[in-house]
Amino acid sequence: METILEPLQYAFFQKGLLVASLSGALLGFIGVYIVLRGMSYIGHGLSHSIFGGFAAAQLFAAQFYILGAGLWGIASALAINTVAKKSRVGADAAIGVITTASFALGVALFAKFGTSGPSFESALFGSILGITTEQIIGLLAVIVLTVGFVFLRYRALLFATFDPDVADVSGVKVNRIEAMLMIILSLAILATLTVVGVTLVAAMLVIPAVVARMLTDSFGKMLAISTIIGTFSGFTGMYISYYAGVPSGTMIVLVGATIFLLVLAVTGGRGLKRSVGLDAH
Amino acid sequence: MTGTGVGPKLIEINGVEAGYDKSVVLHDVNFHVHEDQFTGIVGPSGAGKTTLLRLLLGTVKPYSGTVTNMQGLRTAYVPQLETVNWNFPLTVSECVLMSRPTKRKLPWSTQPERDEVTAVLERLGIAQLADRHIRDLSGGQQQRMFLARALLRQPQLLLLDEPTSGVDVSTRHDILHLLADLHEDGVAIVLTTHDLNGMAAHLPHIVCINHRVIAEGTPKQVITPPVLEQTFGARMEVLEHLGMRVVVDEQPEHKGSVSN
Repeated sequence: METILEPLQYAFFQKGLLVASLSGALLGFIGVYIVLRGMSYIGHGLSHSIFGGFAAAQLFAAQFYILGAGLWGIASALAINTVAKKSRVGADAAIGVITTASFALGVALFAKFGTSGPSFESALFGSILGITTEQIIGLLAVIVLTVGFVFLRYRALLFATFDPDVADVSGVKVNRIEAMLMIILSLAILATLTVVGVTLVAAMLVIPAVVARMLTDSFGKMLAISTIIGTFSGFTGMYISYYAGVPSGTMIVLVGATIFLLVLAVTGGRGLKRSVGLDAH
Repeated sequence: MTGTGVGPKLIEINGVEAGYDKSVVLHDVNFHVHEDQFTGIVGPSGAGKTTLLRLLLGTVKPYSGTVTNMQGLRTAYVPQLETVNWNFPLTVSECVLMSRPTKRKLPWSTQPERDEVTAVLERLGIAQLADRHIRDLSGGQQQRMFLARALLRQPQLLLLDEPTSGVDVSTRHDILHLLADLHEDGVAIVLTTHDLNGMAAHLPHIVCINHRVIAEGTPKQVITPPVLEQTFGARMEVLEHLGMRVVVDEQPEHKGSVSN
């Protein structure tokens, strides 16, 4: 009990724990749609792309860097979505070029001009230090937007995720839904970037969703289980990060990976069989 | 079986050129779908069968010419089985329900919606599979589930892409009879198939295409050696068996191989 209560006396840890748990929940929730659409690579690329926007926005408009990085992220997300849909050959290569170029730009800008916000290492691997109330409010706003979108467009989103071609001819505005999903994904990455870190966000999008898929054949249950695993990973990872003295993102991801291994050991071939096809584009 | 198309027009394709990424797949296509039509689009791989289906669906836009739909036309589409991820976490009833048009904003289904799903699954003989995961169905059951999903939209026109591809002979018969029943119930049907003997010869109306419409009419009018040679680029023989046309490959040394 002492182990749990001791760090809570620090305000920075309270905020960190809250943001890490909420981040895990958000990424676990939205990750179900990303993984089932075979977009895991896009999530990975997008987080790197946003890092470029993060660095550039700090340089040109430090006080609005979240806004700038958000716009950069949304533009990247829509560009990636367009490339992924329209390119018959080499979509992965195109995404790789767009996002890694953006990431390289971010690294160069950080190296040359430094930062007025989070440190380079914090941006890459996550940090519990310096979380502001504004960031918490921003994260809550993205959660409300995400849950609201999924709640109100549940059936159309499910149809567009499972069978976009038929959904399109059945009256579902697939392009609009996909664009909205990409915007929400970029906002979710931006809002969780400070705690989980750019390089590790993709793992938190993918791991809870894959584990949830291994545990259930029901879409509704997969959403719930993935959210719970994400929350648990964020919560537990923060504590381990505090005691181990390592970046929070690394421990959050390692907790998720440990859960994956445990579930794999329990479900064995049955779980793996369920997760087959999650990388299909 | 009627179905050669004499009722009111649902879709008119006139003088259409269409394709993808500026390459032309279909040239000068004129094709009309009538209210009572039951048509098979036949042709070799890459001939433009699916492109013609997509023109009817409206997901491919013509480079030139016109595609005109009857106002308020309700169309439903059954894709090829391999186009979806069968490991997706869905039960049969969840999959069917997703196509139901609704203005409802809540995620969960209502009792009347569930009753509608049960009724359409019963009609297709798979009500007992409602709670089963979609991966655990046979090819024929998966095809029936897709049909159920399409029928929940109460379509006037049903479009199917290779509905008998990859299914066994018995399932092919089942699907053919099922489609015939739906047609009897007043649903216009257009499907693509490369299966001349198993599918096309049983349909009341066939369109042969190879980048353009080669011929259209009843099997008796269309399944002829000259039309087949123009369509498939190979010589074939046509035999009569129990009043049906049967196509066999014509081979110089060993005749008698039945064609697909």
